[in-house]
Order: sequence, then C-alpha cells, then structure tokens
Amino acid sequence: MKIAVCLKQVPARDGVLRLNADSTWVREDDVSFEINEPDIYALEEALRLKEKEGGEVVVCTLGPERAAQALKEALAKGADRAIHLHDPAFQNLDAYATARALAAAIRQAAPDLVLTGLQADDDGFAQTGVILAEMLGWAHSTIIMEIQAQERALKAKRELEGGWFQWIEIPLPAVLTIQSGINKPRYATLKGILAAKTKPLQRLGWKELGLDEEALKPRQKITKVFVPPKSGKVEWLEGTPREIAQRLADKLKNEARVI
Amino acid sequence: MFTFRGVDFLDMDSMLSDQEKLVRQTVREFVEREVIPHIEHWNREGQFPRHLIEPMAALGLFGANLADYGCAGMSNVEYGLILQELERGDSGLRSFVSVESSLVMYPIREYGSEEQKEKWLPALQQGRAVGCFGLTEPDFGSNPSAMRTRATREGDHFVLNGEKAWITNGTMADIALIWARADDGIRGFLVERGTPGFSARDIKGKMSLRASVTSFLSLQDARLPASAMLPGARGLKAPLACLTQARYGIGWGAIGAAMACYNDALEYAKVRKQFNDKPIASHQLVQERFADMITEISKAQLLALHVGRLKDRGSADPAQISMLKRNNVKMALDVARSARDILGANGVADEYPVFRHMCNLESVFTYEGTHNIHTLILGERVTGIPAYGS
Repeated sequence: MKIAVCLKQVPARDGVLRLNADSTWVREDDVSFEINEPDIYALEEALRLKEKEGGEVVVCTLGPERAAQALKEALAKGADRAIHLHDPAFQNLDAYATARALAAAIRQAAPDLVLTGLQADDDGFAQTGVILAEMLGWAHSTIIMEIQAQERALKAKRELEGGWFQWIEIPLPAVLTIQSGINKPRYATLKGILAAKTKPLQRLGWKELGLDEEALKPRQKITKVFVPPKSGKVEWLEGTPREIAQRLADKLKNEARVI
Repeated sequence: MFTFRGVDFLDMDSMLSDQEKLVRQTVREFVEREVIPHIEHWNREGQFPRHLIEPMAALGLFGANLADYGCAGMSNVEYGLILQELERGDSGLRSFVSVESSLVMYPIREYGSEEQKEKWLPALQQGRAVGCFGLTEPDFGSNPSAMRTRATREGDHFVLNGEKAWITNGTMADIALIWARADDGIRGFLVERGTPGFSARDIKGKMSLRASVTSFLSLQDARLPASAMLPGARGLKAPLACLTQARYGIGWGAIGAAMACYNDALEYAKVRKQFNDKPIASHQLVQERFADMITEISKAQLLALHVGRLKDRGSADPAQISMLKRNNVKMALDVARSARDILGANGVADEYPVFRHMCNLESVFTYEGTHNIHTLILGERVTGIPAYGS
C-alpha cells in the first residue's frame, strides 16, 4: 500500500507566543517549530500500516524553508521519501488553497491512502484533510482511532461525540484524518537520522504542480488574532453546602462547560 | 510540569545542523517520556532503570560516535548532544551510556583484537551485554599509575589479583575491562562475568548517582586466557585515552544537568510569590542569580561546541578536553546550588529535580579526573611544569 502523510509544521506547544505587528498571527521569529501533534500519530499509523502491508510512505508538507526539518524528521522515523511544497506564492494560504496545492501533489504521487492529523494545533481549522479529499474525489472520514487494512478497503474506527465510536468500511483510495493518541509514536533512531540524508526530498512550486494563481487566492482571511482578555469575575454562591454544590456543578457544566 | 525546550540564550542552534538538532530532539523526547516521569522514584529507591537499556540500544545510543560493528557513526558533537540530553534526565543514566560507549566500546574498538571486536561490540551496541571499566582502586584514584592489581603470566594464561572500586555498572556487567600491571606495563583485560575468582558487589549508601550502579570488583587468582588481553593497549596512556573520550562527553552532559536546574529554578521563581505578592523572579538578588547562571551555561555551551568541532576535525587536545570537563562540571554544580537556593526549602525535596542533580554533580565533579587533577593538567600545559606529586 502506498500511503501519503500530509503534515504541518506548527509553533511548538506551550511556547511563549507574541502577536505580530498587525495582530494577524504570532511572531514566528521567536518561536520554535515542531510537527503538528496529530500529524505525528498519522505518520506513525502510516509506518505501521507499511510494516504490516508493505508499500511506501511518502510525507508531504506545504510550508517555508524551515518546514523541511519536519520532513527530515519524518524520513528519519522511516518515511521513504518526502515532498516539500515550497514557493513564495504559498505564503499565508488558507485551508482551501493549501488543500488545492496538496491535491495536485497527491495526484502526482498517486497513493492508495492519505493520512493526516485531524487538525492543526495552530489554527485548529480541521479543514485541510476533508477539502483535500473532496478535491481528489476520494472517500474520506475524520477523527480516526484505529485502522485495519482489508482487500482494497479499510475498516476504520471513528470517534463520535459523548464517548461513542463507529466502525466504518471505506473504499480505497481514501483520506483519513487521525486523532491524537491512537498509537505510540516511535523515536527517530540515530541510524534512521543518518539514513534520512540519502532519502529523496523533492521540492515543488506552484508551476510544477500545474496550479494557477487563481487557485491559490485565499478565500478566507484571518483579520485579527488576540490574547483572550483576562476577566476578574467572581461570583459568590450562598446557601447550604448541598445547594452550593448543586449550583456549582450546574455552573461548571452549563456555563463554564468544563465538566 | 513544562516541556523542556533547552536553554539557548546565544542562539547556539544557529550553529547546529538540521541533523544535529534532530539527534538532540530524539534523545530529548526519549528522556522526556521515559525518564522524567520516573526518575525521582528510581533515585529514591536507588534503582538503575535496566529496562531502558534495550530502548536506548534501539535508538543507537551505545557507541554512537564509533564507526562499524553496528554503531551509528555519529559525530562527536552529536554524541555530546546525546549525553547532554541524557544528563538533563539524570547523571546516572548519562554515566551508563558514557561507560558503555567511551570506556568499554571505545577501548575494544581502539585496542582490541578482531575477535574481541566481533564478539563484544555488536553485543554492547545492541544492549545484549553491559560493560564496566575497572581502573580506579580503593587506594588509587587520581594516581592510577600506582595501581596494585597485577596480571601474572602463567603459560597461555594470565592470573589477575587485585581490587577495583567505584566501578559504574560493576555488578550488572557481562564484561569488565580490568586494567592491571603486567610484566610489560599496564595492560587491559576483558574479564567475563562468571570467571572464577572474579566477583562484584555494590557500594551501598550513596548519596549521589543513586539511579546508577556503583560497585567494588575483586579479583582473586582469576585465570584468563591470554586472548582476554587487549593487544593494542600498552601502558597507562591507553586507559587515559579512554578517559579523554569519557571526559569529553561529561563536559556536554554537565550542561544538561545545569539546564535542568536553571529551567526549574526559573519556572519556580516566576510563580513563587514573596513580599508584596510579587514573584521572587522580580527580586534583584534572584535576578542576579539568573544572570550569572545563564551566562555560565552559555559560556559552557560555547566551550563544548568548540571542543566538539575540534574533536570532529581530529585536533582536540586532551588538555582542551580537561578544560571542558573542569569548567562545565564546576559550572553545573554552581548552577545546581544556585537553583537549590532559589527553590528555598522546596529545593531539598525530591518533588523537584534540583537536589538530585546537585548531589549527582558532586560525583561528576570527582570522577573522570577530579576537578583538581584537571587543574593540574591545565597548569602543566601552560607552565610546562608537572605538579602532580608536589
């Protein structure tokens, strides 16, 4: 089975974020970057499927120069080759245009299956994977917890709401978006890191992908990013301990929505 | 808990290649997931995490900077970064890898016969065998040239008699590299576990390197075939060359311990409030501590990277490595003590890693050439006058 994994390099979790000058994104020059967490699980799932079923794992990212490091890490973990969609025209793409560019690269690579994380930790759109599938005209499913390979099809377990799961059968080719935590991602071994040096890393721009400028025009724009204002709201609950507990539970559930 | 992201005030990362950063990252992730959540427990119980030998071998950490026999063939800078990340977890874990790589695999690779290399290097690299290095004796630490352990030739055999002390991995080891005085000078012998007359027992009651095995070794008429001797090692310069390898790694490892203490103290100081509900990080005396710590860590990083690059070029001098070990371990110990002070009473509890690192570093300060011995190596290098016995 030939599997493509689409991954994204995002600002490292729990880094200290500062906004850029026009408050449309974070200042990228003082954050470190890492592979988007759900994408790491997608990569691990792809590597496991390859180990079981044979085939090839191709990793693909769209991003600036620094994003090549994410591909090298994926190669070091065992992916066979990498495609870096890198072009000045690829700056600030929205999910739709990103999916356009990815779809063009995926068509060229012609995998049986595309795996990607269910969403990116930075913008949290959870759109790129499904738009990509629609553009390819392939079957797709989201929030996948488990994959079992079958003859020209897959059985996949989806996470639903309220603790429910659903098993589905999905024909190939397909696009699945993977939930974090479904496997234990491997470490890159030192030998893997050395081997990555000799694996192919292809760089493609919009011309090689046969895209036109119209295709890359964003349909969505981030107008403002802001740090949630701190509110110092305090509410005193009064009554018997039982009443207070009931009202507290109600507020946590229905107002704060934390339980 | 916060995720460890290293300490990089001077943008040292801009001097590292993508591959070097990837090597550091993979070990950092390993330590974060497999070591940090459990290390205080292992330390409290005086327990070495044996179950980590196999995954560390799978990562390729043993003999990482050696070539062939299954070793990864990483550069010395990459090897340094590996040890830095391991010691960010615990000096005991780093010591284990240092001993395996620099004190057992390196001498077999450098001085061993082809048969010895074939037999031991893949086994050690894959974690199927553990090694130890027996140079220090109960009465001879800084002055190994006076060692009492003797190897007497009897036909096709050598008979070894003597005691070794403070041997990391001693009771765990499948193979002990024992240095002994033979008729033609100091020679190295590979003594296998179970050899009659050879025994090991652990040193109990250590207040430092508690998550590491430290042992006494005893040799009483231990008969070894002549083929157990490392043919290429003759004289004290062979074990000293091994120590140069290990000291190099320690110079990097100490940075890891210092980073851990610095980071912990910084996180603590930002949330711990004292006087007018202000975080102690806003106090001038505390800020001076941090200014000193970050400066010293940064200088140590520059020194380690520079010596590493020299070593990769093949031009690092043992005295330069002495400077690296001496400076960086002292730096780490000072940082650990400062960090302990910033944590106040909490600094003495093992809810925080600082006291453990501080205690570990007391051993690191003394082993692999004490701080004072490295002082004398540097003193001799710049004055031309050896002052060891004076």
